[in-house]
Amino acid sequence: MNIIILGNGISGVTAARHIRKQSDHKITIISSEMPFFFSRTALMYVYMGHMRFKDIQPYEDDFWLKNNINLLQTHIKDIDFEQKHLLAENGDQISYDKLILAVGSKPNKFGWPGQDLDAVHGLYHKQDLDAMEKHSKGLKKAVIVGGGLIGLEMAEMFLSRKISVTFLVRESDYWRVVLPEEESKMISRHIKHHGIDLRLSTELKEIIDDGSGKACAVITDKGERIDCGFVGLTAGVHPNVAFLKNKGLNIGRGIQVNEFLETNLPDVYAIGDCAEMLAPKPGRRPVEAVWYTGRMMGEVVAHNICGNKKSYHPGIWFNSAKFLDIEYQVYGHIPSDLPKGTETLYWEHPDGAKSIRINYDSNSRVVTGFNLMGIRYRHDVCNKWLSQKANIETVLENLSLANFDPEFFKTYESDVLALYNQQTGKSLQPKRKRSLTSVLSFLKSK
Amino acid sequence: MNTFSVNNNGVWFRSMSNKGIVAWVLGVILTGFYVLLYFFPYLLGQGSGGAPNTGIIALFDPLSYALKGKPASQWFLYGTLYTVAILGFGVKFLRKYRHNKYEILRTISVMFFQLGFAFLLPEILQKLNKPYYDFKNMWPLNYYFFDAYSLEGYLSSGTIGLFMLVWGLLMIFVISPILTYYFGKRWFCSWVCGCGGLAETAGDSFRHLSDKSIKAWKIERWVIHSILVFVVVMTIGVLYSYVYDHPDKLLVTRNYLTITFLTVLALAGVFIGSSFFKGIQKADRRKALIAIGAIMALVVVAHLGNQKNILFIDNGLLRQWYGFFIGAIFSGIVGVGFYPILGSRVWCRYGCPMAAILGVQQKLFSRFRITTNGGQCISCGNCSTYCEMGIDVRAYAQKGENIVRASCVGCGVCSAVCPRGVLKLEGSAFDISDRVLV
Repeated sequence: MNIIILGNGISGVTAARHIRKQSDHKITIISSEMPFFFSRTALMYVYMGHMRFKDIQPYEDDFWLKNNINLLQTHIKDIDFEQKHLLAENGDQISYDKLILAVGSKPNKFGWPGQDLDAVHGLYHKQDLDAMEKHSKGLKKAVIVGGGLIGLEMAEMFLSRKISVTFLVRESDYWRVVLPEEESKMISRHIKHHGIDLRLSTELKEIIDDGSGKACAVITDKGERIDCGFVGLTAGVHPNVAFLKNKGLNIGRGIQVNEFLETNLPDVYAIGDCAEMLAPKPGRRPVEAVWYTGRMMGEVVAHNICGNKKSYHPGIWFNSAKFLDIEYQVYGHIPSDLPKGTETLYWEHPDGAKSIRINYDSNSRVVTGFNLMGIRYRHDVCNKWLSQKANIETVLENLSLANFDPEFFKTYESDVLALYNQQTGKSLQPKRKRSLTSVLSFLKSK
Repeated sequence: MNTFSVNNNGVWFRSMSNKGIVAWVLGVILTGFYVLLYFFPYLLGQGSGGAPNTGIIALFDPLSYALKGKPASQWFLYGTLYTVAILGFGVKFLRKYRHNKYEILRTISVMFFQLGFAFLLPEILQKLNKPYYDFKNMWPLNYYFFDAYSLEGYLSSGTIGLFMLVWGLLMIFVISPILTYYFGKRWFCSWVCGCGGLAETAGDSFRHLSDKSIKAWKIERWVIHSILVFVVVMTIGVLYSYVYDHPDKLLVTRNYLTITFLTVLALAGVFIGSSFFKGIQKADRRKALIAIGAIMALVVVAHLGNQKNILFIDNGLLRQWYGFFIGAIFSGIVGVGFYPILGSRVWCRYGCPMAAILGVQQKLFSRFRITTNGGQCISCGNCSTYCEMGIDVRAYAQKGENIVRASCVGCGVCSAVCPRGVLKLEGSAFDISDRVLV
């Protein structure tokens, strides 16, 4: 069988690896971006000088040949789903028996005047990194628009080169659409602490042309003009599906797929950022453009193509990020605003840069989510508590099982428990000390 | 700016840390210094035949007199500079990793052991007319432990000499395996050892230069284990020579010696060969057994033929070769001189027979592992890049597998630089035999 995978990001590459594990099918991965798979999330570290580009490629170059996975670097102009072939920019027709669309996302642009000027870029492709590098020469000041993860990554990148940054965030605090208020404020403080000019509740109105087609300033919705040599547009992403429209493929926000990641067309699958689940599992969104879901979908689609039918069960939500120095992890459901019927236990370190939040149901007292700032928690333990619908008090008494900070780090699980006792008038005591043996026996137990 | 994560900004942009001109110049200077130190000490001012020191070495005479009442030597100069480097760059390291308590404690530990155990204590012992002895060092890193002059020294120094001899044997056969069982080889390689201490402190700016390729890993396993075999054969030879040359000095006869060697080797064979210990691949197990079998055969042949020499060449010559090629050229000139080009742990990774033994123990029966935190890895590569031992940590982390590698010295930097909190050094006896599996 001849399998074509369009896109060599984490979804497409995971699919290829798992198909190879299970079969001898012919596999070809097509991408126009770069010849080899690289970790998109690590582009920032190349700019900052932590790694070279080759260090963010997780596999050695001969890995693909060794595993008999063909790589093809070309741009696909068109797809004929009826004849089952793709049309490359050089006119070649590439036929397939099964096609996996793993075409990723595109950065959002909201029709701002000047959004297509030179020195205006998102951060998604390797080409964006090259553009940032090119424009960084002699750059004194950059303006970044969009209060999410990529915007802050871009800010951190510029800071590492001593380029000053003004950061326009539409919401009242950083990433407030996702983070609860306290965490959102913590990160806002942290951003300012690093010397970034953070403008909250501020939107971009217009990007100004310096007369040569290059951006030289922005105008905010407050009417203020900010001069700069670079504008970063990082207001989220949307599925990269425009080139697939009106070809018989069902497209909503993304390419619509069922639980087996099949599209409406025979032998065509979609995975990763570009896929939209028609019936997402409870608590999950139809389009989830994160690394981890892309990887999981890649694995599932491989099973389905190799004849071991499997539906996509992403399990309990998790994610992580790093906001400058503060690591963030989330397990389960942590809404940005506390819904009715949910209670929250929020502990924050006096230094204002670490916190632990545990949400639980007011009636059943079942734990629904963990949110961590500056403290590492163990995925498997949190996952087990969440899937077993553990009671908040059981969790608190055993909370040290979850701690994943390095050895000798100060732990705060007893402070969290003390806070709960103080709030509820109870007198719970910690039942365990931090130990891997306890963790392993807990994970093994029923 | 007050940051609290590891700042690696610009590491690959600087000439010093990216094999630029500055790095090459430093490499040449360091290498040149080692060549002078080992082969031309008189150029550093070493006085010979009772003549007083001149040059650089003479500058260290006052300190040497203060410590042991004797003039300095090139080795005193080296020891002093080495200690100063670990202390000075240790402070730099402590600053860089100030928000990581594991790194802080580990670095204070290597600074302490270098200053106290490797530098001051041996000098003080010499002042008291006792043998030079570094209590934290052990055979086979300390390959001269069984040399005739060492043994003479211990045997002629009364109770304390005897204690040194017994302590040395205990370190090799009892203390180090127990500590490695509990903590992994890091208890030595990145908390105590002087070579490790220098690599972790002075070498920190070069840790990312280690070769991560699968090919380098292959070469590493062949070279380090060949050196281990060589040092075992050489040491057996040296001990045979001693017993032959001093038949009445020890209670130990040639027969005893042969029986001891065969017993220890057989135990090691049973240990490595037994399928009770998982974690080593079949092919590697076979190679280890072949090597052990070959050494045993050499012992038997030498014994039956009433041969003093184990490899049919003079044992003293073997010892000389080892001292020259491994002790001087590999561990010093290449190991440290090439820091700015090959990275900081070249000796520890490809050469050190102590690391080889502790590595086998770590792989076979230690509680230690690096845990991967579920599915949180984003394959960014910071862990692999900053692994001084050239372990492709990411290859395991992105599959959600724990990392149990013989070469891991447990420096903890992979965990410190991970931007997603994915890696944790820890230990448990709960699952030693299958800790490699998820």
